[in-house]
Amino acid sequence: MSVIIFSLFTVKKVCNYKCQAFPSLSRLFYRYRDLAPQLVPLDYTNKPDVKLPYELIGSMPELKDNPFRQRIAEVFSADGEGNMTLDDFLDMFSVLSEMAPRDLKAYYAFKIYDFNDDDYICKLDLEKTVNKLTRNELTPEEVCLVCDKVIDEADQDNDGKLSLEDFQHMIVRAPDFLR
Amino acid sequence: MAQPLSFTLPVPVSRNGASPDPSLAEEGAMHSSFHQLIQEQSAAGQELELQELGGAETVAAPAHQPEAWEEPEQRAEHPAFSSATLQILAKMPSRTIGRSRGAVISQYFTRTAKLRRRSSRPPLDQVSRSSRPSFRHYDLELDAGHAAEEDKRSLLVKELQSLASSQRDHMLRAMPVSLAEKRNLRQASAGHRSALRKPSMSRRPLSCCGQLKYCFIIWFRSLWYGFLSRLHSFQPWHYPLKQIGGRFGSSVLSYFLFLKTLLTFNGFLFLTLLIFVVAMQAANPPATSKSRLFTGLELLTGAGYFTETLMYYGYYSNFTLNGSSPQSSHLPYNMPLAYVFTVGVSFFITCIMLVYSMSRSFGESYRVGSTSGDFAIKVFCAWDHKVIQRDTVRLQSENIRTQLKELLAEWQAKSRPMSLGRRLGRMVVLSLAWALVLGTVLVCVMAVYYFSKHMDKVYSRASGSSETQQETLLLALPVVVSLMNLVMPYLYNLLAAWEKQDSPVLEVYVAICRNLILKMVVLGLLCYHWLSRRASYLEDKCWETAVGQELYRFVVMDFIFTLLDTFFGELVWRLVLEKKLKRKQRPEFDIARNVLELIYGQTLTWLGVLFCPLLPAVQTLKLMLLFYIKKTSLMMNCQSPSKPWRASHMSTIFITLLCFPSFLGAAIFLSYTIWSVRPSKMCGPFRTMETIYESGKTWVRELEKSSPSLTWFTWIHRYLVENTFFLFFAAGILLAVIYLHIQVVKGQRRVIQLLREQIANEGEDKIFLIQKLQCIYGKRETHL
Repeated sequence: MSVIIFSLFTVKKVCNYKCQAFPSLSRLFYRYRDLAPQLVPLDYTNKPDVKLPYELIGSMPELKDNPFRQRIAEVFSADGEGNMTLDDFLDMFSVLSEMAPRDLKAYYAFKIYDFNDDDYICKLDLEKTVNKLTRNELTPEEVCLVCDKVIDEADQDNDGKLSLEDFQHMIVRAPDFLR
Repeated sequence: MAQPLSFTLPVPVSRNGASPDPSLAEEGAMHSSFHQLIQEQSAAGQELELQELGGAETVAAPAHQPEAWEEPEQRAEHPAFSSATLQILAKMPSRTIGRSRGAVISQYFTRTAKLRRRSSRPPLDQVSRSSRPSFRHYDLELDAGHAAEEDKRSLLVKELQSLASSQRDHMLRAMPVSLAEKRNLRQASAGHRSALRKPSMSRRPLSCCGQLKYCFIIWFRSLWYGFLSRLHSFQPWHYPLKQIGGRFGSSVLSYFLFLKTLLTFNGFLFLTLLIFVVAMQAANPPATSKSRLFTGLELLTGAGYFTETLMYYGYYSNFTLNGSSPQSSHLPYNMPLAYVFTVGVSFFITCIMLVYSMSRSFGESYRVGSTSGDFAIKVFCAWDHKVIQRDTVRLQSENIRTQLKELLAEWQAKSRPMSLGRRLGRMVVLSLAWALVLGTVLVCVMAVYYFSKHMDKVYSRASGSSETQQETLLLALPVVVSLMNLVMPYLYNLLAAWEKQDSPVLEVYVAICRNLILKMVVLGLLCYHWLSRRASYLEDKCWETAVGQELYRFVVMDFIFTLLDTFFGELVWRLVLEKKLKRKQRPEFDIARNVLELIYGQTLTWLGVLFCPLLPAVQTLKLMLLFYIKKTSLMMNCQSPSKPWRASHMSTIFITLLCFPSFLGAAIFLSYTIWSVRPSKMCGPFRTMETIYESGKTWVRELEKSSPSLTWFTWIHRYLVENTFFLFFAAGILLAVIYLHIQVVKGQRRVIQLLREQIANEGEDKIFLIQKLQCIYGKRETHL
């Protein structure tokens, strides 16, 4: 994702939604605005309630071809449907940037892969993930086998599902994560 | 961290020992204890839960799409679990509270955010049915919970305030909540503090100076953070690297990042040598006559016009430079000392930088006690989110599919152990392949040795012909060695295709190993050859300059052959594939081979620094050109590699290979040259000395004589540096420390193993208890 550094709090302390103090933040704001210039005002001091629909977010070049774009938008949007305000947009890019701490990324990755929002990645979630990864080109038996193996390898407390702790524990072992 | 649950039931133990099935009386006792438990933990939503569960069983209400399949799944997993069992399961701590702090905080905030979003309770049939019934999805706490929410929030704020500000920042940054909440929390925790402080301070409105100071601080900080955020885009090649990563993924990007790392090393070496050695000598040129004219051939051979210039060792003076005229007020600059110290210190700093980057890269990519979680890692971590082009995304999906299929095949093959005959056959094939590889290495080394001897003879015989002809002959050896380095890797690839290793990752390692052995053995032979040849040199010639020229030629030939390889291996091959063979596939970018070529080039540079101080400049130029050429060729001709590639793992391996055979070999060669080899008598900064190191010793003795107050320095030199006992002692302590760390890591591995077993046991305990619970409740319900 975009390789933009910004420190969340110093930006927030000084910027105050005016978005003029920092080039990286204003760059993000202009990208947000470019998606729908007629909807997004330039001045955010009155904290207008502007939401961009999912179709616009999903058409961004970074997300356009990503098979998980719908889940990413849903996880970061306030209403759970993919329609994002500026805050959600900034949230998304801050977590996906390279400077975000790994635990934060692991947490959001867990939420992205958890399709049914029950705080566990169960076998059906895994099957959906594998199908999205391989664009449905594996046979159902192979998908089943892969999911069984994944649960075998990662499930620590033997309840047949991956909880957040299992997921984080496994992520710690894999350094190439959510680059 | 969670403490182990001590959950003791008041179960009456029968006098005859523990019976497997509880009798009716015991059952009754157990039921009453559970009943008490349920009463203790009953909350307002219990009826709602029962209702919902009842609804799930009887009413087939339309539900949210993603949750529609939850119900049959629940039935499938817990086919006969009674509602009471499910109730108790729902109240288990691991399902209501969660153990990680981040999950706690975010669950809390998601819940409250959802509460705030919904204005009223949703009707029951729209409540999502998750497989574990929990309090999360409905507004149980809307009335009583609002106050609880505020309490929790203020608790969180108080906890944040108790931390130091940097820790607070760190924790806020790592918290998985939205930016808006983080901002509010930060303001709350900062605001409280100032509110707490204010009464103690005198209430004075900020004076004009205070305001100005405040404004200045804020302005300066905004400037500083703006600079920091811009710094990233000022990095060289920031946009091209992003382009490459977006189109080809992180694996190909790791090659270019490695190139960038090498560029920093060379840049540093070049700058130090430029400032301390080259510039000083350039300001005070020695009185030699330049008898040669510049012809273009010098760029290839490094001889001719370049022989008596700043490029080579022979040009540098061996006395203290005092300025070109006696009237100039330059400080005396001891050239020999500067030469040897600059080279030594820059090597030392390069060593530290290498070891530091190696340890950092190693720390990121290796984990103690990690077992192979191939499938899980492949599913969750293999997707490279940097890739944004449609074709590459499709290619990535195909790659992951192929890799998953390969993993499945591998696992199935492992679960069917190979017969003895097949295993024996495999051993034979492997040993044959390795024997072949080592044989070819030996053959190449012999060939290089005899060819260099032959070229020496030809060169000495051709001493009658013109200088240019002689120097052209010198190009023969570099050409032969570069040709060998170009051709042999392809042969090894063919061999690997015949050998068919079990796993593709192992294939890559084996290929790297073989190529590395070849290159390093050939370089070792050449070093030996150069150092042994100096005895045959005439008195008025500079063997160091000759060695420097050889290395220059090697570097230039390596560059030319890399260009040829890029041209033929990528451009021409792609044209052949497209036009003649009519295949849509493009050639793959062979990362391992290209990286090894870079390492080889860097080794040559490090070997040649002492003899040719401007060689790092040549290498820097070569790397910059290589970047653009490789990038253009990549964009035009190649596709991303289809083999699995763990980028961070590979980066660690590359930098380790750069450190160990490459830098270590160069450092050994340099140390040997400085300590034991006699410099030539007629040229260079060390003409009059026995060894290069002697200049340092002479300087220390002079220092001792001239300024007696520095005796501690000479004492250090005499007893710590010259006396080998101290070095052995230091080496012994280092070995002891390494051994200690190895033991610590072993111990940690054992502890991890034990903990893992404990977790597995706890899991089994849990399953057992759940089944027992179900046993009891199921019986009770069937009784009712």
